[in-house]
Amino acid sequence: MYGLGIVKGMAVTLRHFTETYLDDLRWAFRGGRYHNEEALKVRQHLGKNRGAVTINYPEEKLPMPERFRFIPFLVTDDPPPGQNWGHDWCTSCGICAKVCPPQCIWIKRGTKPNGRPKPEPEEFYIDIDICMNCGFCAEFCPFDAIKMDHDYELADYDRTYSHIHDKARLSKPISYWREIVPAKAAAEEAARELAEQSKGKRRSKDDEPEPQLADDVQRQLFYKGVLY
Amino acid sequence: MSDEALSEEAMQNEVVEVRVHTDPVEEAVERLTERFPEVVEDPRPDFGGYMVPANQIRDVAAYVRDELGFDYLSSVTGLDLIDEGKMEVVYHTYSIDKGGSALVLKVHVDREEPTVPSLTPMWPGADFQEREIWDLYGINFEGHPDQRRILLWDGFEGHPMRKDWHEPFYEEEHKPFGSRWPGGEVFRAEERNPYGKNVQYPAGWQPESLEFNPDTEVYAGMTVTREATPGLKTEKVTVNMGPQHPSTHGVFRMVVTLDGETVLKLEPVMGYLHRNHEQIGERNTFIQNIPFTDRLDYLSSMGNNHGYVLAVEQLLGSKVPERAEWIRILMVELNRISNHAWALGFLLNDMGAFQTPALYMITERELIVDFFEATAGSRMMCNYMRFGGVAYDLPTEFRGQPTMEFLDELIYEQIPRFIEEMDVYLTNNEIVRARGIGVGTLSAEEAIAYSTAGPVLRASGVPYDVRRAEPYSYYDELDFDIAVFYNGDVYDRYLVRIEEMRQSVRILKQILPHLRSTMGAPIVEGKPQYAIRVPRGGDAYGRVENPKGELGFYITAKTRSSNPERYHVRAPSFINLTALGKMCRGHKVADIVTILGSIDIVLGEVDR
Amino acid sequence: MATEALTSDVPVPDELRSNVFVTSLDKVYNWGRRNSVWPMVFGLACCAIEMICTAASRYDLARFGMEVFRATPRQSDLMIVSGTVTKKMVPTIVRLYNQMPEPRYVLSMGACASGGGPFKEGYHVVDGIDKFVPVDVYVPGCPPTPQALINGLIALQEKIDQQSILTAPWYRKDTPSELVPIPALGPDLVDLRQLDIIRRHAGTVQEHTITELAQKTD
Ligand code: SF4
Ligand code: SF4
Ligand code: SF4
Repeated sequence: MYGLGIVKGMAVTLRHFTETYLDDLRWAFRGGRYHNEEALKVRQHLGKNRGAVTINYPEEKLPMPERFRFIPFLVTDDPPPGQNWGHDWCTSCGICAKVCPPQCIWIKRGTKPNGRPKPEPEEFYIDIDICMNCGFCAEFCPFDAIKMDHDYELADYDRTYSHIHDKARLSKPISYWREIVPAKAAAEEAARELAEQSKGKRRSKDDEPEPQLADDVQRQLFYKGVLY
Repeated sequence: MSDEALSEEAMQNEVVEVRVHTDPVEEAVERLTERFPEVVEDPRPDFGGYMVPANQIRDVAAYVRDELGFDYLSSVTGLDLIDEGKMEVVYHTYSIDKGGSALVLKVHVDREEPTVPSLTPMWPGADFQEREIWDLYGINFEGHPDQRRILLWDGFEGHPMRKDWHEPFYEEEHKPFGSRWPGGEVFRAEERNPYGKNVQYPAGWQPESLEFNPDTEVYAGMTVTREATPGLKTEKVTVNMGPQHPSTHGVFRMVVTLDGETVLKLEPVMGYLHRNHEQIGERNTFIQNIPFTDRLDYLSSMGNNHGYVLAVEQLLGSKVPERAEWIRILMVELNRISNHAWALGFLLNDMGAFQTPALYMITERELIVDFFEATAGSRMMCNYMRFGGVAYDLPTEFRGQPTMEFLDELIYEQIPRFIEEMDVYLTNNEIVRARGIGVGTLSAEEAIAYSTAGPVLRASGVPYDVRRAEPYSYYDELDFDIAVFYNGDVYDRYLVRIEEMRQSVRILKQILPHLRSTMGAPIVEGKPQYAIRVPRGGDAYGRVENPKGELGFYITAKTRSSNPERYHVRAPSFINLTALGKMCRGHKVADIVTILGSIDIVLGEVDR
Repeated sequence: MATEALTSDVPVPDELRSNVFVTSLDKVYNWGRRNSVWPMVFGLACCAIEMICTAASRYDLARFGMEVFRATPRQSDLMIVSGTVTKKMVPTIVRLYNQMPEPRYVLSMGACASGGGPFKEGYHVVDGIDKFVPVDVYVPGCPPTPQALINGLIALQEKIDQQSILTAPWYRKDTPSELVPIPALGPDLVDLRQLDIIRRHAGTVQEHTITELAQKTD
């Protein structure tokens, strides 16, 4: 019969429409359907949701899964009291710059007063107009010093200066990383401790020898495959 | 066509009996070299395939197609062998009936003025591929009916894939670039170009010598011709659809010649999203190409990853751990469902059900995409597979639910529910039937000749699926049917996709127990490495059945090198478009949109 | 141009200078405009998929009055450049931009549209649409998630809020709406505003890598 298809289609839409209001009622005494953490949890799980699935973005945000990757950032120690910057974890080993597929990382290795290379970057740049958010830099950094950020709210009116992130812009303390990805950060921490124990000595603070790659890779495997 | 040839053959000699038991390629090669003594195996170590003298390629191809049954010309690849002063064209042919691996033919020609006889007259599927090779390598295909540039525009200077051609932002032959570390000094490439842009002009070129008419490119071909037949005045109008058109699924353009409402001729014009994927791929190290493959067919990035890692794993000789294989299949099949959901939603959009079905499909797709985000880190650009495994194990929980429990729900309840819903509301819908049945038909012979793949091929009654024809991963252990329909029209392509989603669910149900039993097992062979060198050089062709069709990666590398020498993508969307003109002929203008939607193209893959 | 409207000191006519009514008029005017920004259906590459997802039910641009995707530039206010801009495509984009009526806005979505993205080094990719049309908002990311895109659209709304009906160039007779010359396709993409430099430097780029070029210009 002609027209039946249209009626059927309209019925689906009507069902979704009414379900939204029924769901409203369901949540009425539990803090409302919108702007409510509990409700959002159900609503974002699309399989369990009834009615409209919309997330009211600026007011309520979809929580990002731990592995979500956006622009990378550099991990530093928590700044000591009274200071703005903590110690960089990055040793300027250059692995991230080598593995980065579109080659958007520039690292200038620091030098000691005696002219020998210092395991610390003097400058570190990422051009976020090139970065493809692939996560290789974070994946292969043997020092957990570069991580993928979850901050996606980066809209800007100009790109000339603001889209090349320099070291100051990139650096974020480890406590930030623990905050956005608690489980993975804990796993990494445990793995680091394990690695240090197996090495038998704690690293001294300022003149650290470059660790062997094999150890580090094993460590990565540890928290990627087994622990996490 | 091939069947007849085979049965004729069978009457003449008794090889048929043996053929069942041997590898079809081996047996075919035996006969081929017997018939053409000039055809020899590729002498270079670790390279496969057979060298054919350029002047014999037509005869050999005809013999291979008609007598040996290798009737499907899957891929044509051009190569620049600059060290040897040669250009090479590689043909991958398959046998639709017998399945199995490819019979690879190679032609070497001189690098100066390379000329190869065109195979387009006998295999129309070679049309666009040969044009692409002409465009990027400058190999001249003698006898090609319409040899013009396809991805770039007429008048572009040079053939950019040649090894001695350098683009404006050329920095070094291979990555990683030396300027990044240890003395990395940040710059934007355009700052160093005198024009401040990604452009270059040949020496001595003076702009005055050109008439600047920006309209020539966009409005090329738009004409009205009047034929004043006595008593009847007819008009042929050539119009332009795209590149900015809401229903071309991206930046695709068609130049259509119409007689009234009827399509007389349709010519696809592409290249509006040509992102130099292959050229960048040859500069990248092996691992750096993985995230780039995500951006080929950006609706099914898992499948792209899979095809690429399969090809490189052949060169590396990796062994993939069991769990990694199951996870790969899980991801790829989920990806197939999400891709088909999107494709069908937009097919309905093209049929006139504006937006609403697409909105529902997108919502259903979001659920799968969310899972990708939790597992691989990004909704679309998964970058998930690695050589010898996958990057991460499945997360322990998803949206506050244990992952396996979530997958159970997803695979046993949600996905089947939505497929059934779609089936109930759409399959027998009178508009879908009216606009789909009998529109854009392609017969089985044509589908093979045009080298179409995937749902387009199977809707025409050819039961060819790489997962069955040449099983990779664990597909030979899995129980599923190839979705085939026989009318080859838009409606059947729609049905094939629905059926494929059902089969994917069937596969997914079978792999869940394996995922449970391998919990905690290694997901990648050895240690994850970033500096990968292939132990042996040579060439490798990895192919997978992507949602759009057969996706193949042809890779050649030198021994111990960290970069591919040649990196070619056999893009199913691109090659399926070859048949578009054929399918649209004789239909109405409004059907073009539906037919295009039923091929399901993604421009990232068409133009690469 | 919208960008210039923010920065340039367009003189306010004297008879209006003391008019307190104007600020509230601005409010109403901008309230109306910011909540009915109609984008053009204009998908270029991967980012377009995320744009479509943003417009679909889960993120629902209708909440911002932006769900009316128009297929023609004549009816749209906003061009979301969603994806890689290639040389072959850029003439079309500029043409579409020129066809949009004032006030028009351009949002560059994703790394590719802003600066070439991962494909920047390719020979056929334009390193940033802002080389050809003025861009109002940049949204980084590859691809930006739907929420990131909405964040960019909110930034655009904030920008609209700051504009005033008095200084808006599209009502003024003395500032004719600016047309960008459509680039042509020669041996490479030809920006018609650059003919002089092209004449001077033709041939220099081919012979050098960009590292050498840097030393040359120093
Ligand atoms: S890989 Fe890690 S430690 Fe090495 S340079 Fe990069 S961020 Fe620093
Ligand atoms: S995420 Fe990928 S593209 Fe971005 S800086 Fe890291 S390695 Fe480079
Ligand atoms: S920015 Fe990334 S996702 Fe967007 S078009 Fe470019 S490559 Fe695709």
